[in-house]
Amino acid sequence: MANRINIKKGLQIPLLGTAEEVIRGTVKSEFVHICPEDFHGITPKLAVRVNDVVKAGTALFYEKNHPDMLFASPVSGVVTAIERGEKRRILRIVIKADSNMQYEEQHVKNVAALSGEEVKKSILDAGIWFLIKQRPYDVVALPDKQPRDIFVTGFDTAPLAPSTDFLLQDKEADLQAGLDALAKLTTGKVYLSIGSTTRLKGLREAKNVVITEFNGPHPAGNVGVQINHIKPVNRGEVVWTLNAPDVAIIGRLFNKGITDLTRTVALTGSEVKQTGYYHMAIGSELKSIFAQNVTEGISLRYISGNPLTGRKIEADGVLRAYDKQVTVIPEGDDIHEAFGWASLSPKRYSAGGTYLPFKKKFRLDARLMGGPRAIIVSNEYDKVFPMDIFPEQLIKSIIAFNIDKMEQLGIYEVAPEDFALCEFVDTSKLELQRIVRKGLDLLRKEME
Amino acid sequence: MKALRKYLDKIRPNFEDGGKLHWLHSTYDAFETFLFVPNSTSRSGVHIHDARDSKRTMTIVIVALIPALLMGMYNVGLQHYMALGLETSLLTKFIYGFLAVLPQIVVSYVVGLGIEFIVAQIRKEEVAEGFLVTGILIPMIVPVDTPLWMIAVATAFAVIFAKEVFGGTGYNIFNVALITRAFLFFSYPSKMSGDQVWVRTADTFGMGKGSVVDGFSGATPLGQIAVSDAGSFGEFTFQGITGQPLSISDMFFGFIPGSIGEVSTFAILLGAILLISTGVGSWKTILSVFLGGAVAVVLVNLFAQNAIMEMPVQYHFLLGGFAFGAVFMATDPVTSARTEKGKWIYGFLIGLLAITIRVFNPGYPEGMMLAILFMNAFAPLIDFYVIDGNIKRRLKRATPAK
Repeated sequence: MANRINIKKGLQIPLLGTAEEVIRGTVKSEFVHICPEDFHGITPKLAVRVNDVVKAGTALFYEKNHPDMLFASPVSGVVTAIERGEKRRILRIVIKADSNMQYEEQHVKNVAALSGEEVKKSILDAGIWFLIKQRPYDVVALPDKQPRDIFVTGFDTAPLAPSTDFLLQDKEADLQAGLDALAKLTTGKVYLSIGSTTRLKGLREAKNVVITEFNGPHPAGNVGVQINHIKPVNRGEVVWTLNAPDVAIIGRLFNKGITDLTRTVALTGSEVKQTGYYHMAIGSELKSIFAQNVTEGISLRYISGNPLTGRKIEADGVLRAYDKQVTVIPEGDDIHEAFGWASLSPKRYSAGGTYLPFKKKFRLDARLMGGPRAIIVSNEYDKVFPMDIFPEQLIKSIIAFNIDKMEQLGIYEVAPEDFALCEFVDTSKLELQRIVRKGLDLLRKEME
Repeated sequence: MKALRKYLDKIRPNFEDGGKLHWLHSTYDAFETFLFVPNSTSRSGVHIHDARDSKRTMTIVIVALIPALLMGMYNVGLQHYMALGLETSLLTKFIYGFLAVLPQIVVSYVVGLGIEFIVAQIRKEEVAEGFLVTGILIPMIVPVDTPLWMIAVATAFAVIFAKEVFGGTGYNIFNVALITRAFLFFSYPSKMSGDQVWVRTADTFGMGKGSVVDGFSGATPLGQIAVSDAGSFGEFTFQGITGQPLSISDMFFGFIPGSIGEVSTFAILLGAILLISTGVGSWKTILSVFLGGAVAVVLVNLFAQNAIMEMPVQYHFLLGGFAFGAVFMATDPVTSARTEKGKWIYGFLIGLLAITIRVFNPGYPEGMMLAILFMNAFAPLIDFYVIDGNIKRRLKRATPAK
């Protein structure tokens, strides 16, 4: 029987627009865009040029300091453009997709027969190493460092998040193969966390892993929270983190011998007329699923990811590398609400008690709902931060960039996503995730 | 509202960089955001935000203060007409008190907010809402007869030297309203204590003229017991301003001489209910102040030598600024301990100190102000030890560096 951990702190934001558990089809995108900025912590070096022909699995670029870490093209086709920004930073690589997908032969076999080094090399060569992230710093894992343990989260508690059970339907064999592969990558353990609502056998009865069941509101599904409760990261230690759908992509590599970066993605949000799930490769253009399927006449915000940690995209944007969810909510910049501070409106949602509690789901827009202030209210972050860490004090030490204090207060254990709920409830409207991201990047520069 | 929105949009260019009135930008912004929720949307991080902001939080505190303010105003009138020996209606008493207190509120707001607006403009920031609460607290914790110019000077001093020099709302170490009172207390002691200042005997805008009755004494109950010769509490009786005995219910509902805000424990409790139910004020802080006070009173009672040392706990809670300080001053999140464990210690020590000062130093019958200011200074130290526990645990867990 799995260990069970109850998470009390946290918040399930009652949003409208959960995806209906129906597969609506497959998105065939004419162009696929890969944005290297999605892969945080790497410096991309191009491996292709414009007009090069690529297959699914061909390396588009590699990481400057680890030339063996390749980043695969999700589709076969022709590289049509490489857009660069300031200082020649690569913004996106655009590939015109073939109608018939060609896969690069990856020459991999049964996981059970491979050694740890062979598994690692296979994943690197296949161009999907980026699916493995590491703590500290929440960046793409460095392959030359031994992880103490590997943590896999098997459920997603974020607002409107897709059901991991649904995403992994029929992929249980891939999931298990992926978990077996991970087990070869560490001398420690592979920890798989499942939610109290997890029903999928492939998760609940996974082999070769230590299963822990978590019960509680968001962010119980965040791997950072799980690590903190299972076995916290200490200074000098490295752990690797993944989520279950990504593990299945790794497993697919070993089961089928190809790089297949197709995901099942949930289309969610209050402004989507028909929610549901779609199959698509990462980098696919999303305009076809938005067309005629979103509220008209108001300004909208399109998000690749969930409303807390996702990335803002345009109406013609693409699915970003790590996301399993696309969300559309009102932008709200066309709303002029009078005397908001005195409002008793049932449209307003607050986690605290300063508004009347309404038992219903809300249609929230992207407004800040206030101006930025100094941190005034106390105990606000703590209530939604179920880790043995003082979030407010850690944030302050990051703002001051006091390295000793940051280390003492647990900076190595956190990722920006762990502060997403704090940012949501923050009365002072501070950009906490940006603060943490910047702090982690600066710290990494100092330490490495 | 639409016309107003249009007008605001029309005049906005004047206040932007390069506009004629660009030096009033913070002021424009303050009024605009007061009228309309800003429709700026998130640029990084979370895409949705909680509807609670700083304005909402401060609004709740102000609403929580209103019962105490209204009861206080009524009591000003009540005490006035009692001192003059006149019978009037409830409404007349309230109007008299309202007119007596209103100028103080206006002065405190004009001076304090004026400084806030100027400083916000210099810093090119939005105007913080902190003073909206401070500005109403100040008239509520000073005697009703405090001259307006004193309130102006003290408010200016407190806002500039206790808040703005530290960086503004959210960065101050000491509670600004209490610094205002402390400034007045130490600069103009004759206007801040004694038996002449708590009851307004003069007329207000020509209302309530007359001369005081014989036997009038404006001493507060705490002032009376502090200077009493009575050997024990049993020999002592609290007296109203005309010599009538005061009952516990007078003290609870606030029909006694004292500062406007502090007299009615009943009204303060209403405010406390609102603060706690909305989560704006910490119930831990409030409860622990009362616990600390109760422990101190029990200890003092055990070794009682005189009337005030024998005074039972309910009188301590009902009289003076104890309840008001516990509910509205100790809970100020900026100057209080910020950790949850810290709040228990912080509140407990405030209660303990307030009673100690009250009982052992007859020169300061109001111990609450000093106790809270003192603990404001120690709040960071309390937090330091609470957080240090977490740090030690983390260090212990870490394997020795390789």
